[in-house]
Amino acid sequence: MHEKPILQVRNLRKQFGTGCKDCSELMNRNLEKNFCKSCGTVYACQDISFDLYPGEILGIVGESGSGKSTMMQCLYFDADVTSGEAYISDSILAGQNVFGLSSQQKRSIRNHVYGMVYQNPVHGLKMNFSSVGNIAEKLIAAGNRNVANMEATSKKLLNNVHIPLHRMKEEPRNFSGGMQQRVQIAKALSNNPPILFLDEVTTGLDLSVQANVLDLIKKIQRDLGISMIVVSHDLGVIRMLADRTIVLLNGKVIEEGLTDQVLEDPQHEYTQQLVYSLL
Amino acid sequence: MKANTHFAFFDEGSKKEIRRAIMKAVAIPGYQVPFASREMPIARGWGTGGLQLTLSIIGKSDVLKVIDQGADESVNAVSIKKLVHETTNVELTEETSEATIIQSRHRIPEVPLTKDQIIVLQVPTPEPLRGVEEREFVTKRMHSEDDYSGVWLMLFEQIMKYGRTATFADHPVYVNGRYVMAPSPIPRFDNNKMHQSESLILLGAGREKKIYAVPPFTNVESLAFEDYPFTVESFEGHKCHLCGSTDIFLDEIIDQQTGEKSHQCNDTSFCMDQLNRKEKVEVQTSYA
Repeated sequence: MHEKPILQVRNLRKQFGTGCKDCSELMNRNLEKNFCKSCGTVYACQDISFDLYPGEILGIVGESGSGKSTMMQCLYFDADVTSGEAYISDSILAGQNVFGLSSQQKRSIRNHVYGMVYQNPVHGLKMNFSSVGNIAEKLIAAGNRNVANMEATSKKLLNNVHIPLHRMKEEPRNFSGGMQQRVQIAKALSNNPPILFLDEVTTGLDLSVQANVLDLIKKIQRDLGISMIVVSHDLGVIRMLADRTIVLLNGKVIEEGLTDQVLEDPQHEYTQQLVYSLL
Repeated sequence: MKANTHFAFFDEGSKKEIRRAIMKAVAIPGYQVPFASREMPIARGWGTGGLQLTLSIIGKSDVLKVIDQGADESVNAVSIKKLVHETTNVELTEETSEATIIQSRHRIPEVPLTKDQIIVLQVPTPEPLRGVEEREFVTKRMHSEDDYSGVWLMLFEQIMKYGRTATFADHPVYVNGRYVMAPSPIPRFDNNKMHQSESLILLGAGREKKIYAVPPFTNVESLAFEDYPFTVESFEGHKCHLCGSTDIFLDEIIDQQTGEKSHQCNDTSFCMDQLNRKEKVEVQTSYA
């Protein structure tokens, strides 16, 4: 591969608890799943490393509790990492471990480089502010101070995600789950972020709405060339969206490769189980 | 039996603590300094923040003026005045230019203040970010990180809903280019009086236990979008029906019987002053 990754993650670790002599040794941890029985420490992410290339969609699968969401939270700076490094290929940020930056710099990355779509729209949207206001929030955070300009951008985005414009001044709390999710996607896209995180975006939506949202994501990727990390426990979603896939189990990467390859010819015991349990 | 109260009601320890908070507030313009708000003989939310500031800075030679929404004679202003007077024996005045300390609820007087005066404003909600974030530790962090998109968002929402910013009072301001501050519920008309003000502006919130300040000659800029500039209340075509003044903040008065509308100065001492001056001129001309 000659392309340069847009996001490099190296040895991302996140643990809840201090650890003890039974579990602090890296190579030989005495854990049950990701949990140390003697001290109660949870190892949510253990040495996760991967690269994200420009324009690709990277799928992350794993059962619940495997560390998918924790990893996303760490990448989006919602949670601090225990240790690890991440590099963004960007003229300003090149060569700097973004986990080590100040909170202002992290906020600037969130506002300019990242977009995030949470599983639960409550986390990504302000439910008592209008939809157009929600999108403007991100534009304001990025330094925009022109109302007409922001309104136009918001309208365009809402149109892209098929929210009728006559409802743009309504609060998302009045919307259906699928609509809320689409407003969230519009918000995440408002600053043309080069990297977009999608955390279980279709979970809890009915099938036709799911298909709509997935279509939208695919279209965005094709039209705008945004790199995405898609977390899902739904292999169907991963199969449809992701170019490459990483399989997580107990906070560790157990398998990675092209999505087709992983799904058609799983190597690891757990992946095999996961693929064959697909209904 | 009446106990002999200490000068200015407070014990010296309390004054010291509040003065320290004031010093810090002056040193960091617009920053809300937490302080141990005392239990006062009036209820919290009725000007205890302002009262505590006044009591801890007042000296024997000070001249005090207290106004409530522009009026010198409303109940709250009178009660506060009485309390301070009884415990300090300082001179009271209604004349803005004579006062050295002016405690005010929601107005800055029409007469420009000077460097020898201190204005103390009573504040109900000192936190401009409270509307977007309920948790204090989060708003504190937002202030420290200069993260004010929430305040801007509130203004943006108003423009979306009403076609303009709809803050009738308490329009947020940038102080010294750093902290966003709630100027207390003064009308937008008074916001500009804070900019490069010659007098020290102290703001106290007794219930919320915060003191903050705008030192003299500090930049105070009202938040506004590029295409929606900051505007003040307009009274074009109206004048005070008593003294005939224009270019001041007017109250609209509706006659209950006839339903007729008229306008009157909100600042009562300013109005009185204008009337007195007029009378003087009339008297002089009639004698001549």
